Amino acid sequence: MQDFGSSFALAFRLVLSGDADLIEIVLLSLRVSLSAAALACAIGLPLGALIAVARFRGREALIVVLNALMGLPPVVVGLVVYLQLSRAGPLGFLGLLYTPTAMILAQTILIAPIVAALSRQVLQDMHGEYDEQFRSLALTRGRAVRALLWDARFALVTVALAGFGRAVAEVGAVIIVGGNIDHLTRVMTTAIALETSQGDLSMALALGIVLMVLALGVNAVVQTVQLSAARRSHG
Amino acid sequence: MTPIPLIAAALIALGTPALAQTRPIVVQSTTSTANSGLYDAILPAFEAETGIDVRVVAVGTGQAIENARNCDGDVLLVHAKPDEEAFVADGYGTSRTDLMYNDFVIVGPADDPAGLAGADAAAALARLAGSGALFASRGDESGTHKAEMALWQAAGIDPSEGSGDWYRETGSGMGATLNAAVGMDAYTLTDRATWVSFANPQSHRIWVEGDPALFNQYGVIPVSPRACPSVHTQEAQTFVDWLVSAEGQAAIAGFEVNGQQLFHPNAPAPS
Repeated sequence: MQDFGSSFALAFRLVLSGDADLIEIVLLSLRVSLSAAALACAIGLPLGALIAVARFRGREALIVVLNALMGLPPVVVGLVVYLQLSRAGPLGFLGLLYTPTAMILAQTILIAPIVAALSRQVLQDMHGEYDEQFRSLALTRGRAVRALLWDARFALVTVALAGFGRAVAEVGAVIIVGGNIDHLTRVMTTAIALETSQGDLSMALALGIVLMVLALGVNAVVQTVQLSAARRSHG
Repeated sequence: MTPIPLIAAALIALGTPALAQTRPIVVQSTTSTANSGLYDAILPAFEAETGIDVRVVAVGTGQAIENARNCDGDVLLVHAKPDEEAFVADGYGTSRTDLMYNDFVIVGPADDPAGLAGADAAAALARLAGSGALFASRGDESGTHKAEMALWQAAGIDPSEGSGDWYRETGSGMGATLNAAVGMDAYTLTDRATWVSFANPQSHRIWVEGDPALFNQYGVIPVSPRACPSVHTQEAQTFVDWLVSAEGQAAIAGFEVNGQQLFHPNAPAPS
């Protein structure tokens, strides 16, 4: 289809021209999804680690639930957050609906289970290897968790990237709680949805290409940091 | 010199920045007005004049009304008069004003397989139902969907019998439904504004237009502070007053896409 060629050209022109609207949208996408990924890590990593090392009744069931929550539909998360933040809802007095904060909140709920479930698996595997050593050192559970998180840090960075990827790519939650308001809550995915609905498919595709390049850039930066850190710690 | 004028002067001095710092308003709007670019065309003048930041949430009329009932908007701008009147009657809106109109059109494939050319709306739908041609419906309780249902009723046809067969309910916005109609060679009902500004018509074209039954009236309603204490009433009223003023109406009339005027102002002259 000719759309692809013209979209690549359009994406190129958009980026090169430094279109102010595009920059604003890109920066908001990054701000919202990186914040959500950071918050999801703050919640998900300790939670995943705790479940990895702790032994308690109902643990297996909890893991099944946690894994299932990785498939949370964004539009349902958006709806639930909308109902809470709506003026008619319990948190309406905060006035957060249709703000970037609401979008960060929704994406955090969406990806925290992904971070928790994936980190639980990574850390549990590692815990199996380290268990004897931990025992011989008589480590408390808290210190064992910290040691595990530190030793698994490179794998956990990939877990965080999986969360970020899901956040930056979703449209269902942010379009409901953000409202896709121009110059306020419009991000890459909602802009793509808008261009598609206006029938400007080559522009929609061009924005999609920019979004992919953006995700590629974030991953490349993280990978570079990760590699140089790994080299230092092994060298 | 008494201290009172001094106090008054101080209050005015303190009060001025507060007045200048107006609060933003959220407009719960139908998609056609936003997607056609109307707001981009008329809002800058209003915002420059008043300093009020207007934040537009563009969703279907059904969802816009529901959001406004939840107090998540300061102004409602949609096109489903009975629902708007119910909104006001239920106490959610202070008053409803006609703002502008345009019309619906039935668009379809270039070869007009159902032979709708020249028919009025009811006859066109009757022809369509028996022809084997496809029809894409919004199916989302939007203003356009409600207008479409009224047209089927006037034609004496229950399209739901063909649901999933020739009657395809997309459950999506106007743009998405137009994309679907173009993609599957179906007819669909659309407001003229969205159609004229739609960039992916391919070979689809208008087959039915000009029937009085296709009239499409837009109304505007400030959300009531009695139902929703959190609304920014003053700013909302300022915005509505501006829309129906000579200046606002002229701005609406002056908005064109491809040389075509998309909305015709018809607010009653302010008394």
